[in-house]
Amino acid sequence: MSWLAIITAGIITYLMRMTMVALVSKDMLGDKIKLVLAYVPSAVFPAIIFPGVFINDYGTFIEMNDPKIFGALVAIIVGYFSRNVIATILSGLFSYWIIIFIFNF
Amino acid sequence: MLSKKQLLTRGILDVAPHMLSVIPFGIICGAVGIELGFNPYLVYGLSIIIFGGASQIVFLQLLSGGASALIAITSVGVINSRHLLYGAVLSEYLEKLSFIKKLLISYLIVDQGFAESNKFFKKNKTEENLYYHLIGTGGTLWVCWQIATLTGIILGSFVPEEIGLKFAIPLTFIAIVVQDLKKMDHVIVMFASGISSLIFFNAPFKSYIIIAPIIALLVAALVLRFKK
Repeated sequence: MSWLAIITAGIITYLMRMTMVALVSKDMLGDKIKLVLAYVPSAVFPAIIFPGVFINDYGTFIEMNDPKIFGALVAIIVGYFSRNVIATILSGLFSYWIIIFIFNF
Repeated sequence: MLSKKQLLTRGILDVAPHMLSVIPFGIICGAVGIELGFNPYLVYGLSIIIFGGASQIVFLQLLSGGASALIAITSVGVINSRHLLYGAVLSEYLEKLSFIKKLLISYLIVDQGFAESNKFFKKNKTEENLYYHLIGTGGTLWVCWQIATLTGIILGSFVPEEIGLKFAIPLTFIAIVVQDLKKMDHVIVMFASGISSLIFFNAPFKSYIIIAPIIALLVAALVLRFKK
């Protein structure tokens, strides 16, 4: 039962990965569509970032003084100037941990 | 012209920093499955058959919470529907591949791999065999994801949730989009997406994850109209 559900979910996921790659050819996408598609990363990833920062494990909004907001801001500043993925992730994680562990938030 | 091997290596190197968040998240994914009381083979099966982090956790949580298989499958489908957008973006660069190669490479398309390969493709449009870069990013993510979820399954309840490693996930995506904060049009689209995702967070089947990008792309179309 569970295996059947996993395989069905896997096939659906694969079809969504494959459909556009395998079936769309260059001429099918107009110039305007292509211009809009250039925004896909900016349109998709904030929908993962914002809930990851502003919503807690129980599905409710965090307080404005939550350490995750501080960690995210540090990561944005460090990432913007360093252009380095490792520095961005580590600066965000460490600034978040410092507040949690040292200040026992 | 870069050789196939050079392209593959570039792909591996470009995505490697993201393993800082992918590996802890994979360990959590495996551990959560065991803690919820699922058969280890089933928990690992998800990593091969679905191969999509957040959707794997949601799938297990729904089933363990008593939801029907249909609801769990629908949620996975909705969460992973963003890959349609990734495919549409990448199709331009993968057009010359044979149908079989397209079918094979599609399995490897995931968030961070799409993001890094798309950045590389935009800067190197004239290169041949660009798809080797995507094999590098997707292949690295696949191997690390398998090892990480297996580790989580073996460690099980030894994995502490309190240290907040899940927070590495939004950070990895901040690293991907942060340079686009320099462009006003992208900033507008990002805020449209982020704010929509919070507004629609409680929509059924986690559909905020596709509703917010669609709203943001409509905003992008408007922004393009004003730019002219």
